[in-house]
Amino acid sequence: MKEFVRAVWLVTRKDLLVETRTREIFLTTVFFALACVLVFAFGFVREGRPVQDAAAGILWIAIAFSGTLALGRAFERERHGETLRALLLAPIDRPALYLGKLLGILILLTAVEILVVPLVALLFQAPLFTHALLMVGLLAAGTVGFAAVGTLFAAMLARARSRDVMLPILLYPITVPVIIAGVRGTAALLAPEADLPMARAWLSMLVFFDVVFVTVSLWTFEPVMTE
Amino acid sequence: MQKKLFPVLAIVAAAMFFYAPFMILAAPYESTMGLVQKIFYFHVPAGMTLFLAAFVSGIGSAAFLFTRKPWADRLAVAGAELAVVLGLIVLVTGPLWARKAWGVWWIWDSRVTSTLVMWLTFTSYLLLRRYGGPGSDRLSAAVALFGMVNVPFVYWSVNVWRTLHPKTTVVPTLPSGLRGPFWFCVLAFTLISVLLLMVRTELEKRRQELDELYLAVEE
Repeated sequence: MKEFVRAVWLVTRKDLLVETRTREIFLTTVFFALACVLVFAFGFVREGRPVQDAAAGILWIAIAFSGTLALGRAFERERHGETLRALLLAPIDRPALYLGKLLGILILLTAVEILVVPLVALLFQAPLFTHALLMVGLLAAGTVGFAAVGTLFAAMLARARSRDVMLPILLYPITVPVIIAGVRGTAALLAPEADLPMARAWLSMLVFFDVVFVTVSLWTFEPVMTE
Repeated sequence: MQKKLFPVLAIVAAAMFFYAPFMILAAPYESTMGLVQKIFYFHVPAGMTLFLAAFVSGIGSAAFLFTRKPWADRLAVAGAELAVVLGLIVLVTGPLWARKAWGVWWIWDSRVTSTLVMWLTFTSYLLLRRYGGPGSDRLSAAVALFGMVNVPFVYWSVNVWRTLHPKTTVVPTLPSGLRGPFWFCVLAFTLISVLLLMVRTELEKRRQELDELYLAVEE
């Protein structure tokens, strides 16, 4: 068990170390998320004010789109440096490798969200911080669910042809439950009179999806990543 | 056995699909919806066999992922292709009915949305297989497995969001005149689905054999 946790941490630490040296994925992802928000603003702002529920939708679309980009880049880097094979040859359990990669991506996406979420709140006059604890819970649970499936698919697509376009094609239909729960939960919080029981219900659904998605991903990672 | 049985079943299926329109025509009109209700005789059986095909593909994919048996992969491909075709039938006939019954072509209801998501999942399965390059059979198996596991969750989450589609409970409460043609169509769709699954797995088997022969010749 101790060995397992150590292996997970080593994989995560390696990713974070590479990232802190170049900051490539972090910076490109943040600005990609910003570009998304900008494009959506033209669609969903009327007479200077955003239409109802627009902020919740824009926030989650920005997270999903930039998350896809970050996932693709994280494994593109491994493939480009020809380190993916080395990772697979390393004497560690496949689930440890998966969890290590997932943790690295989660830390990266959290950093992106710390910048993007307040910005959405500011630009769309969305009271995202009145129920800060629930909002953080929704964001965390939603990101885990999205990244859990995303890490598995990005890893297995790393050596496939047309991987750039295949990742969103595969990922979005599968993560529909996470997106719905994230958007509706956030919209319930942002409504003129915040619907707290509804937001809590969506949050508990998200946690349930997380458990299912992480379990199935852990289960399939080994046969998918073994030659 | 399979070779002898197949043409017989194929003829039976063809005859059933030829006879089905006459049976549907003869069935009494449904009291509130009238003529548009008749699309239901093809829409619902196609939906039922869609779930059957998706289930076959998911089970085949899971078996292939964990055992690496070629037969499981063949079954998974056949199921996925069938699911895409049947899904297309469901997604075309549904809006045709909805336009008359609800006044709009499309509604983001739980059944409608989960059918669309399932159809997209199996379409992406086929896309990955075709354009994914070497090793994509294993990768697509993971997609089908996820797609199958996901169905209840998509359904559940959209259900909390909104519901409008007629419940499946309409089926056991059908008036007697509508029941006959309905179950006849269900049988016809099930038969054609099983036949298509058989043909497609056989075709995939021969394709794999041909691939191996090419490789052997090159060596």
